[in-house]
Amino acid sequence: MQKRLNKRLFDRLFDASLPIIAALFALAVGAVMLLLLGANPLEGYAALLEGAFGNKNAWADTIVKATPLLLVGLGICIAFRAGVINIGGEGQMIMGALAATLVGIRLPSWPAWFVVPLALIVGFLGGAIWGGIAGFLKARFNVNEILSTIMMNVIAVQLMNFLLRGPMIDKEQIGAAAIPQTARLARAFDLPRLVPTRLHLGAAIAVLLAVVVYVLLWRTSLGYRIRAVGLNAFASKYAGISINRTIILSLMLSGAFCGLAGAIQVYGLSHRMVTDGTAAGFTGSAGFNGIVAALFGQLHPIGTIPASFFFGALLVGATKMQRAVQVPAALVITLNGLIVIFVVSSELWRRRRAKRRALQKMVDA
Amino acid sequence: MQDFLDWTVVIGILSSGIRLATPYLYAAIGETFGQRSGVLNLGVDGIMLLAAFSSYFTVLTLGSPWLGLLVAILVGGLMGIAMGFISITLQAEQGISGIGVYLFGLGLSDLLFQKFVGTAKAISGFKEFPIPLLSKIPFFGDIFFSQSVLVYGAYLLIPLAWFILNKTTFGLNIRAVGENPEAADSLGVSVQKTRYLTLTLGGILAGIAGASLSIALLNVFQQNLTNGMGFIAVALVYFGGWRPFYVLLGSLIFSFVNALQVWMQVLGVPIPSDIAVMMPYVLTIVVLIFSAGRVRPPAALTKTYERGS
Amino acid sequence: MKRLVVSLCLLLGLAWAQDAFKVAVVMPSATNDLAFSESMYDSLLAIQEEMGADNFEFDYADGTFVVDDAAAAIRDWASQGYDLIIAHGSQYGAPLQEIAPDFPDVSFAWGTAGDTFGMDNVYAYEAASDQGGYVNGVIAATLSKSGIIGVVGPIEVGDAKLYVDGFKIGATATNPEVQVNVNYIGSFGDVALATEAANTHAEAGADVLTGSAQMVVGAIGVAKERGLLWLGTQASQTELAPEIVVANQVYDWTVILKPIIEQVKAGKLGGEAYVITLENGGLDMEINDNAGADAKAAAEAAISGIIDGSIAPLGE
Repeated sequence: MQKRLNKRLFDRLFDASLPIIAALFALAVGAVMLLLLGANPLEGYAALLEGAFGNKNAWADTIVKATPLLLVGLGICIAFRAGVINIGGEGQMIMGALAATLVGIRLPSWPAWFVVPLALIVGFLGGAIWGGIAGFLKARFNVNEILSTIMMNVIAVQLMNFLLRGPMIDKEQIGAAAIPQTARLARAFDLPRLVPTRLHLGAAIAVLLAVVVYVLLWRTSLGYRIRAVGLNAFASKYAGISINRTIILSLMLSGAFCGLAGAIQVYGLSHRMVTDGTAAGFTGSAGFNGIVAALFGQLHPIGTIPASFFFGALLVGATKMQRAVQVPAALVITLNGLIVIFVVSSELWRRRRAKRRALQKMVDA
Repeated sequence: MQDFLDWTVVIGILSSGIRLATPYLYAAIGETFGQRSGVLNLGVDGIMLLAAFSSYFTVLTLGSPWLGLLVAILVGGLMGIAMGFISITLQAEQGISGIGVYLFGLGLSDLLFQKFVGTAKAISGFKEFPIPLLSKIPFFGDIFFSQSVLVYGAYLLIPLAWFILNKTTFGLNIRAVGENPEAADSLGVSVQKTRYLTLTLGGILAGIAGASLSIALLNVFQQNLTNGMGFIAVALVYFGGWRPFYVLLGSLIFSFVNALQVWMQVLGVPIPSDIAVMMPYVLTIVVLIFSAGRVRPPAALTKTYERGS
Repeated sequence: MKRLVVSLCLLLGLAWAQDAFKVAVVMPSATNDLAFSESMYDSLLAIQEEMGADNFEFDYADGTFVVDDAAAAIRDWASQGYDLIIAHGSQYGAPLQEIAPDFPDVSFAWGTAGDTFGMDNVYAYEAASDQGGYVNGVIAATLSKSGIIGVVGPIEVGDAKLYVDGFKIGATATNPEVQVNVNYIGSFGDVALATEAANTHAEAGADVLTGSAQMVVGAIGVAKERGLLWLGTQASQTELAPEIVVANQVYDWTVILKPIIEQVKAGKLGGEAYVITLENGGLDMEINDNAGADAKAAAEAAISGIIDGSIAPLGE
């Protein structure tokens, strides 16, 4: 009995560490590339570890990087569970951030206990609207969500550029060489720091919401409907579930979490919005990387927490490596791609092992 | 401000739109094959970038655009096979593995560029090739028949793709595998082989799409040269509802509006530049709202297939 | 005693070895982008060459367009004993404003901007790109036969807008009849759209083109293909197409980096804003021979006019 329990524990641990093993394989390939670039891989990877976990600030950076990944990842969990592919996280983050920033700019002298929660809610709604449009277009006009979310990412970026160099620009920036940014939000609105590092309250909010999303998906009737539509749209239709309404709702919720991620980036980190003309300049590609985090977390809100953490650590550590051994940023992106490919491919072994266990169980019974 | 309906402007918009649409056409038709067989490849942009760099580098060092095109085809095909290995043999979640392939291509193409080239150098790739006689036709000659060889190729590809998909056994296999892999398998059509073929073909076409930029239309390479075109190409596949002629329509609408907004700015139409840049993206969605029929995606799209599961 | 002397020598030697001035710089694009980032990278290399690798070291993080990653880099360097940390991109100002107060003993510089946030450990630097824009505008108007000039810009802000505004005024001041068509393509990366914008300018009759930022490489190719003239800015773009590039406004940041380094060495960590101009030589007008004598003379006149103040590049 004890032996069997041990075996089960081992199996579970092995399954959980499979993605990490896969990531190590990707890093081994990366080591070859580092060698070819004339850098010392050991030195590079030591810097990667140090950058992610070396000291208090490194831990803080890792968690700060993981926060938007987790929030976007939660949104992705909801959408994918409903069978909807949301690759509009980038645009939804931007719209959420713009909406939330507007609140802070318009109410500079109102008390923080009122403005900050309001801004986060407005950010949540901003993302919900941007995601909801895609949902509405899909449900009402059969416009595929992959198409609309890709297009709406670009539209959001241009809208951001337009607003930041015009209507929402910092009044101090008006002049010939204006920087496209808003004014800095009142310092009272900064999300509280948890320890004296960059680590802010957003991380705690994200973890809390992961639990909420878990409850939503598995303990409420809306969650049941979402999962039912995702599993089998035809069957759920006969069960009396409105597919259209579920699709719109799931894309709204998905967008809402991305929007909140954007709002938290502003209130927790940048305290203003500034554009370099790209989405990634603001989002750090969290709208895409969050998808990866969610899938590494088995599309489970709780599983997405460690997945985001490790992915955040890799991203933070890799940029540290870039500085330590002076390799081009392009190597970090390549490595990022390799890790995604290796980890997602390692899924096969987890599934195979699960299948074998099930067969074993069947034979044993 | 010039007269907007000036012939120069009309011809300008049309010929500009036809050029702009070229990379989208190759990439989107390639993606159409993949999706028709049930595989979503989000890595198109990465494949385009790698092929764009390799063909650029070939022309830079060896001078021959045809050799460059061949290299692009090889690199694209190899990347297609790699995508196939990840998503078919290893059965990885397709959306994610595509993002991985995209990041890999984005990073590696830039890395190779910095290592072997450094600073952008202009090359002389495929020249404009006016078709004898046809290019002399007033109005149409300038628009349609005074372009680069790779531009003509993109438009010839459309009927060819339609023919392959709808009139050949191979096309029938592709559609069957994309609709009902179990049934196709039971009738002796190899799901794996068919999907490998479509992904390789998709990779090759994405490779040509990249080459059409770096060695025909732009004659230069730079980090992230495609700037997300591969993703737009995937979107256009959905616009076209997996049908080559409608993919052509979507690519043209998108590209003509893009050309139009460039012209509007050049002619000094008072519109904020960001709003102008937004136009093609907004209009593509709007057009689809009014035209999207009840097209159904291939039933097995994004679903991995394993015998007996 | 002998041991003491030896260890003293060692200590001195160490102190000597550590004496190298250490700079770290974060940049949004590649160090060889033929534009903004390259101008800074080349300037730092030039300073290193002048001061010697033993006395001047620099580390960089290129391609850091994610503002948050840049913030992490700046904070990391600040805690590592660098003498000067340069945030080369106006979008990095927002995080720098948050970080700089936490490291009062470290000197920071950022640009292009004119604002030191009132902090005495922050330098700001910018380029009066309107000046070279004006001169390029003068050259363009002198050389244009069709009277139509095309401009390809990235986003209508900052350094690019300053350049384009100066360019327009320079061109129309030289020839009021000349028509300057401007197109902003909405990003710093869309080479294809910038190329098509150049094609469009050509179809609209332009025979001289200019543009700002790193995505213009394709536009220069169009100019080369169609035999139009090109005017560059930020870094020298001549080698991309020597036959048609007639002039470049080249940013030479050494002019402001040297005094900043001297000040930091002397213990003054910031609080000043610097501008590179035609007058202080930070803006170098590289006018090629294919510009011809007339354009060259007109350009020289404009340059001395701007330097002596009789010409205001952005108008009155």
